[in-house]
Amino acid sequence: MTGLVRQPTSAGTRAAPVPAGRPLRRAREGRYALALLTPALVVVFGIILYPLGRTLVLSFLDADSVVEAAYGFVGVRNYADLVTDPAFWQTVGRTAVFTVFSTGIELVVGVLLAQFLNQRIPGQWLFRTAVIVVWAVPTIVNANMWRWILNPNYGALNGLLLRLGLIDHYQDWIGGPGRALYVVAVVDAWKTIPLVAILLLAGMQTIPADIYEAAAIDGAGALRRFRHMTLPLLKPVIAVVIVLRTIEAFKVFDIIYIMTRGGPASGTTTIAFYAYLQAFSNQRFGLGSAIAFLTALFILALSLVYLRALRQTGSGR
Amino acid sequence: MTRRRTGYYVLMYAIGAVLLAAVFGPILWLVISSLSTQAELLSVPTHFVPDHPTLARYQEIFTGAQSSVGGALRAAMVNSLVVATATVVISGVAAVFGAYAFARVRFRGKTPVLLLFLGTYMMPPLALVIPLYLIMANLGLLDTRTGLVLVNCTFTTPFLLWLLSNYFAALPVELEDAAQIDGLSRLGALFRIVLPIARPGLVTAAIMAFLASWDEFFYALIFTDSPAAKTVPVALSEFVGKYASLDFGLMAAGGVVALVPPVVFAVILQRQIMSGLAAGAVK
Repeated sequence: MTGLVRQPTSAGTRAAPVPAGRPLRRAREGRYALALLTPALVVVFGIILYPLGRTLVLSFLDADSVVEAAYGFVGVRNYADLVTDPAFWQTVGRTAVFTVFSTGIELVVGVLLAQFLNQRIPGQWLFRTAVIVVWAVPTIVNANMWRWILNPNYGALNGLLLRLGLIDHYQDWIGGPGRALYVVAVVDAWKTIPLVAILLLAGMQTIPADIYEAAAIDGAGALRRFRHMTLPLLKPVIAVVIVLRTIEAFKVFDIIYIMTRGGPASGTTTIAFYAYLQAFSNQRFGLGSAIAFLTALFILALSLVYLRALRQTGSGR
Repeated sequence: MTRRRTGYYVLMYAIGAVLLAAVFGPILWLVISSLSTQAELLSVPTHFVPDHPTLARYQEIFTGAQSSVGGALRAAMVNSLVVATATVVISGVAAVFGAYAFARVRFRGKTPVLLLFLGTYMMPPLALVIPLYLIMANLGLLDTRTGLVLVNCTFTTPFLLWLLSNYFAALPVELEDAAQIDGLSRLGALFRIVLPIARPGLVTAAIMAFLASWDEFFYALIFTDSPAAKTVPVALSEFVGKYASLDFGLMAAGGVVALVPPVVFAVILQRQIMSGLAAGAVK
């Protein structure tokens, strides 16, 4: 690497396109780039792409222990087991419900919050600080805090609602399998709305102020300006947020582990938690790998959608 | 006209009040819980203002015996600090060089390689965790900080690379050109010109990666099971199973302790983190 460092290079080669017909320089640029990229490539191949490939391989093996020598090839049996298991499809369904519900809340509240944060009012710094504080709350602290607030016997939410006369006895908010998934999604949204609002706010700030002024002079009210100008102009950013949050929702694990451990009655077992149980509670590493690989494929597909959405924001490269 | 302005301000500050209540209500309750006696926490209906506030939980966390809950949390804080710092240093070095290549060197296959890195940024930990677990088991790296640093680099490296390459690309190239005319090598220009100018961005990026590592739970839960390597999130998750039925206040105090460092960083670097988040996702 030091050899490359000492090579004399003339100024401006990076800025100007490398002219054709100078293969020597181009090759040198290539070697230089490779040298700079080597540490990052080692990381990416060593601890991301190689394990990803191993996940695919494991999904075709009967890997039921940590002793790798004992694994045998079973073809697509793990995948066949999965697609014929109704519990797997219920998991997929719950993940879809969680994703749509939490992304929906985040987007609706996020757009309104971003619009609020974009107002020029005295004291705005306080509101923006509040938003960044929530962003910084560690996921586990968020889960522990809400688990305590929602506690069926001593929780503060029950206490508050009782004092306000809104309920007449304490409720078990995450007790029933039907309700728990939605409550967990709301708790997840509490922590994530700030990020969504920050992304949308950044998008709003790129909209020039004079088009609003022009519309206001033409008599368009605040609500109409929001509906017919802000929202359409934000569409690309909204698309990015939807894809990004969908990818994140498929990864959701921490909050479910803390609040419900997938219960009650598997009511909050989403795909990541299901794979965790199969692999690390039941030691079915092959089956877990099959779930993981299917999830990775799905997320890869979403990532391609994300890249297209990025290109449409106009700031992509 | 003035009446409409008044209406506008009333509406805005009403929304602001709801926002502050939604944000600080739960957090304030966490702090109050950490200061309330167990009897008050278990009273029905909830006792919102403690009559006998106590710092006993914080005393236990910071001065409790090595084998106590407090001692376990202290060990976890050291582990989290060491793991997050080492993760940021290792992935930071890899990302600085890589990002400089993307921002300043022209080479064939740049776009596919950049997309490869972005794709790995999206990869769910789930897709990697099983092979990583088996590899770590065979290398004897389970339940070690070293193992955690390695797996945490899987998400901090692509993140930093992406953020820094955007950041470097936005810096004016003229200064580096001038430096090279003055006889600095290109790598010399990176170290003496680019990195000093980029320092605010580097600090923000490093702190965001640090917080991501501080927050990481999934890998830490699976890869660690003793005080030698458990991180703060894992220690806090055990409060629920092991101790929370005994003392909700201790769980709350542990939460407050874990919450303070990231919140302080975020408030101080508020503006930079907001633009970093936006750049990380939308550029």
